Amino acid sequence: MNPQTNIEQGHRRYLQSLKREKKWVRFYQLIIFLVFFSGWEIASRLQWIDPLIFSSPSKVWELFLAKVQDGTLFVDLSYTLFETIFGFILGTVLGTLLAAILWWSPLLSKIADPYLVVLNSMPKVALGPILIVALGPSFTSIVAMGAIISIIITTIVVYTSFKEVDPNYIKVLQTFGATRFQIFKEAILPASFPVIISTLKVNVGLSWVGVIVGEFLVASKGLGYMIIYGFQVFNFTLVMLSLLVIAVCATIMYQLVELLERKLIKNGS
Amino acid sequence: MDFLSLQEIHHTYFTKTSATTALSDISLEIGEGEFVSFLGPSGCGKTTLLSIIAGLLEPTAGAITLEGKDVQEASKNIGYMLQQDYLFPWKTIEENILLGFKIDGSLNDSNRDYALTLLEKMGLKGVEKQYPKQLSGGMRQRVALVRTLATEPKLLMLDEPFSALDYQTKLKLEDLVSNTLKSFGKTAILVTHDIGEAIAMSDRIFLFSSSPGQIHKTFIMPDELREATPFNARNHEAYSSIFQTVWKELESLEPANKH
Ligand SMILES: Nc1ncnc2c1ncn2[C@@H]1O[C@H](COP(=O)(O)OP(=O)(O)OP(=O)(O)O)[C@@H](O)[C@H]1O
Ligand SMILES: [Mg+2]
Repeated sequence: MNPQTNIEQGHRRYLQSLKREKKWVRFYQLIIFLVFFSGWEIASRLQWIDPLIFSSPSKVWELFLAKVQDGTLFVDLSYTLFETIFGFILGTVLGTLLAAILWWSPLLSKIADPYLVVLNSMPKVALGPILIVALGPSFTSIVAMGAIISIIITTIVVYTSFKEVDPNYIKVLQTFGATRFQIFKEAILPASFPVIISTLKVNVGLSWVGVIVGEFLVASKGLGYMIIYGFQVFNFTLVMLSLLVIAVCATIMYQLVELLERKLIKNGS
Repeated sequence: MDFLSLQEIHHTYFTKTSATTALSDISLEIGEGEFVSFLGPSGCGKTTLLSIIAGLLEPTAGAITLEGKDVQEASKNIGYMLQQDYLFPWKTIEENILLGFKIDGSLNDSNRDYALTLLEKMGLKGVEKQYPKQLSGGMRQRVALVRTLATEPKLLMLDEPFSALDYQTKLKLEDLVSNTLKSFGKTAILVTHDIGEAIAMSDRIFLFSSSPGQIHKTFIMPDELREATPFNARNHEAYSSIFQTVWKELESLEPANKH
């Protein structure tokens, strides 16, 4: 056998082993999924857990179908989804923008430092009532909740990464006579993409928290409202349904961020 | 008038806990088209001096002029290759070598062709679309060299450009760089630890002593070595005696600078 076919065979074997491993991983993931839901169903039917509180997958599914048919689920979902995406984008963009301003002016960043620390340690959801009074019990204040919860932490994390870019990259650009804006665009921002992406991932979760809490406080629509309403009328199937819908949506958003990551970060790997 | 002139440059680095004088009383003149080397022990302030000449660092005292102008204004005419390659990992090789044109807004087809030809001359054909981390250390250093040469600066400063290369590649690149610079009549400053390289490539060698960095001695290379290519200069009969002289001077600096 010549060495060339040997290498090809080895490579094929390597790919096969990768595939096999992936299959097993998927298999176990599926098993966990099935065990969880069937366990839940059985435990509920046999009254191991209180079916009134924990509901059961079949009841959730029935409710899901009913709510899909009368269209009410989509109304609530679209409200919440819109608020979350809006809050998420607003929080991330404003946070990054603030970080850019701080990078631009080192003096300003020194002055702002203690205030950022204070704002960051503050539990943002506690601002909810103030937002509602200030902006009205509406869409605006819920979006504001979704944004405010992530904006300061985004600013701090992204600014830190801006500062940590190797100054020698800046030197290279300066030898070509780059302006401060060019330095930002060519070195600072792209060098910080990995950090920005990972804050995006964190912000996906944070925005959901902000929006759901916001809906607890004000809304008459949305998944957060569905949870609080289900709680009030003791319809826990409704609560479970909205929890599951939130889980699915948050996961999809997370996946989209990962897609963006693959688009944005290229260095030949 | 001299092309590049440094008058009584002093530089002290200040930190919260210390003040390090990196350079003290450096005065020198370099003529247009001249090739000089800075040779000296580690930490004697060579990189600092290059940063000052490039206008990246304001010296604590002293003045530098390039063609009679302050270096801050003349910075477009100065190419500076840092001690490590500092290629941008998220840019392809092509984007990296075209960076200078992109920054000053002069990117066009003829510039691009020129840069790609340089890349080819460095023995790096076909890597344009790759990313820096796919290349070896020596290849990256050559790419960095292309990036610096591409904008055709009048003054070129190279901080140990060949240090990460294997000996053969190093000899070849020495010839290549030397020929390229000579044919365009470029002025160059080379920082190196390698006495042989300094002798083979330069017209003059400035030997630095450290703490604080000062010009200890200047060696002027004989004409026969200047005219020869670096490779041939290394084999020239005058080479080894100069090597001995420089070596002895460098040795005499060492004991005084034990840390
Ligand atoms: N940013 C800085 N802050 C404080 N001290 C510095 C800084 N950069 C360099 N120094 C000090 O200045 C002196 C000269 O440093 P420099 O990097 O110019 O030396 P060098 O001759 O280039 O050394 P090498 O040959 O190892 O590259 C050293 O003592 C170093 O510790
Ligand atoms: Mg150095």
